[in-house]
Amino acid sequence: MSEVCKVAAERRGDVAVLSTDGYINNQGGEEIARQAYVQLESGARALVLNLEKTRIVNSIGISILIEVLEKVMDRKGKLAFCGLTPTIDKTFRIMGLAQYAAIYPTEAEAVRAVSP
Amino acid sequence: MARRELARMSLDATGAREISLTIPVAPDMEIVATAQAAAVGEFIEMPRDKIDEVKLALVEACINAFEHAQARDDRVHLTFRVGRDEDAREFLEVDVLDQGKGFDQASVETPSTEKTFSGRQKRGWGLQIIRSLMDSVAITSDEEGTRIRMRKYK
Repeated sequence: MSEVCKVAAERRGDVAVLSTDGYINNQGGEEIARQAYVQLESGARALVLNLEKTRIVNSIGISILIEVLEKVMDRKGKLAFCGLTPTIDKTFRIMGLAQYAAIYPTEAEAVRAVSP
Repeated sequence: MARRELARMSLDATGAREISLTIPVAPDMEIVATAQAAAVGEFIEMPRDKIDEVKLALVEACINAFEHAQARDDRVHLTFRVGRDEDAREFLEVDVLDQGKGFDQASVETPSTEKTFSGRQKRGWGLQIIRSLMDSVAITSDEEGTRIRMRKYK
């Protein structure tokens, strides 16, 4: 059995929106990281991760998201999350992710907040 | 819903209020376990967000067993149980059992946001997440294996 997390990227000016669909484990996290780094290398200054279609992010997936966040912070960029289930929101707060990245209910709010 | 009906039939047929499931130590098998947790949670009409919390705690418990237990039978044994406590509060309880080498709970380092973000320790959050998401967690571990018993009230 394989639970593949699909990741779609969309560019809104300097902001890249990555939307996930499915379980974010190590493979899902690595795919998000790969696409995030592609966007950063191509000039994106901020990332929005829309997890609206994801119901589980395990701790390995979150540790990879933290690496992405650190890379964005190193570049003086911004990263925001949106569309989190209450469980994912709670888990992000447990692990401290919410201290370093903003969380918004909707994609529109997140994009507006991180737009340079 | 089919899986909820399956859980109902399984629970009613046995007379007991529990279902057992054994999964191999293999990639993504934790998702099989979460499907069963969801079915049993739906059977007792547990709210979806609480079912999600049980599912994530279960994922973390399975991953810990997969990565650290070195189970002699290459399996993780799960029991899903529904019941009521002495105050008649309905709960879903899950046992995650491995026949591995066990671990010393006192030696498990508590993770922290500071260590995570300074790059020193990004992993090791599993038990912390389980304890945060479930209402009660009991861990027993020795050289015969480890059992995590975790309960969530409806």
